Amino acid sequence: MIAIRTEKLTKKYKDKTVVRDLDLSVNEGEMYALLGVNGAGKSTTIKMLSCLIRPTSGDAKLMGNSIIGDSTKVKQIISVSPQETSVAQNLTVKENLEFIAGIFGFDKASAKEKTQQIIARFDMKEIENSRAKNLSGGWQRRLSIAMALISEPKIIFLDEPTLGLDVLARRDLWKQIEKLKGKITIVLTTHYLEEAEALSDSIGIMADGVLKAQGTADELKALAKTDNFEEAFVRIAGDEV
Amino acid sequence: MRTLVFASRNLKEITRDIFTLIFGILFPLVLLVLLSAINSSIPKEATMKLFEIENLVPGIAVFGLSFISLFTATIVSKDRCTSFILRLFTSPLKPSQYIAGYTLPLVPVALLQTIVCYIASFIFGLEWSANILLALVVTIPVSVLFIALGLLCGTIFNDKAVGGVCGALLTNLSAWLSGTWFDLELVGGAFEKAADLLPFVHAVNAGRYALSGEYSLIMSELLWVIGYAFVILVIAVILFNYKMKQDK
Repeated sequence: MIAIRTEKLTKKYKDKTVVRDLDLSVNEGEMYALLGVNGAGKSTTIKMLSCLIRPTSGDAKLMGNSIIGDSTKVKQIISVSPQETSVAQNLTVKENLEFIAGIFGFDKASAKEKTQQIIARFDMKEIENSRAKNLSGGWQRRLSIAMALISEPKIIFLDEPTLGLDVLARRDLWKQIEKLKGKITIVLTTHYLEEAEALSDSIGIMADGVLKAQGTADELKALAKTDNFEEAFVRIAGDEV
Repeated sequence: MRTLVFASRNLKEITRDIFTLIFGILFPLVLLVLLSAINSSIPKEATMKLFEIENLVPGIAVFGLSFISLFTATIVSKDRCTSFILRLFTSPLKPSQYIAGYTLPLVPVALLQTIVCYIASFIFGLEWSANILLALVVTIPVSVLFIALGLLCGTIFNDKAVGGVCGALLTNLSAWLSGTWFDLELVGGAFEKAADLLPFVHAVNAGRYALSGEYSLIMSELLWVIGYAFVILVIAVILFNYKMKQDK
């Protein structure tokens, strides 16, 4: 089943077209990486898909629900882990998770149960009573992703999940993200090409608001006639293929 | 339910900040101690009644409430200026639930602050009477006024600017124009007229009349506060909704 399908999705700000006639599809349970240099239109695409901004034209269906006509339903089935760590600083890990479960409509007992499950899944037992502001960058990012998952979304958007983390913390987070594969549809934006290549089932490359190509890492390398994924990205994004 | 969950998070964020305790509770108490000490040094022949505890405590209570604006503005602007707001925007929370969630937790904080202020006043000679309970009720619209001001400032300014605007400008302005520290009639002129057109002196007067049992005079003062609170809250809600769309 198709989890996300965009149809000529376009966003314009005055005379500037930030995303142009985007047609992409993501299968259910797939991890899809959206790549592109700064200003390529990745974040705007994510914002449109998560109902934060309305497209100028076109539409997108998430599990069959339109981002224009059914945004309330879309918000119930999606979750976003923003680029910067976004946690409530004075709340503990447990309270952050219970808070998000609560605003997504879980009652108190269910919220506590979900919280314990996700704490176990993300190995956060030892820090569950620590305030978020006292956690390291890596733990905060892990909490941020756990918060995005506690509402049991069908689709999750991870915007630059490992940005600014050291190598060890990044690899650690990769392991957590890999555990989600197949269970949930994941759309990942990243600047780390090796991250996209290692984690994703499918990759889309955007440049100047246009989806230049999409496929597996091997398919994109074949398209660009190179064995090196970074080189393939440069050629595709730079219109050399 | 969602509103209460959001309000509970906001209450925890505010009360766990050490500045809430320092500015919200301790600072007004320190002023109460200082001004009471000054009052005890004023000779009776001077017939200076401004710092007598019955006149002083309603003013200090209103001054303390001005910090509620700072707390409200800080949490709203911090949420707005970080990506935490994106997480909230992609949740099923509705605009009305944001407003209620930011407003509700500050009302008990404001009441607690005022209760502490009145309890401390017993040490400095305030005598118990049922009018104190009325003075606490009068606090509610005053706290809504300061919450609305905080919501407005938090919506307009970033988290760095609200410290200056609410923490310095608003607290000082509301203090000078409230008639707590000096008699506005002594200054007179444009200053007195400006103070009279603003709600702060009326908030203090309403508290003083409640405490002294001059019931018939309370409502005319309180209407100023209620009017300002309503108008500022409406403006804050409209601007907040507008900025919500813009910030996305």
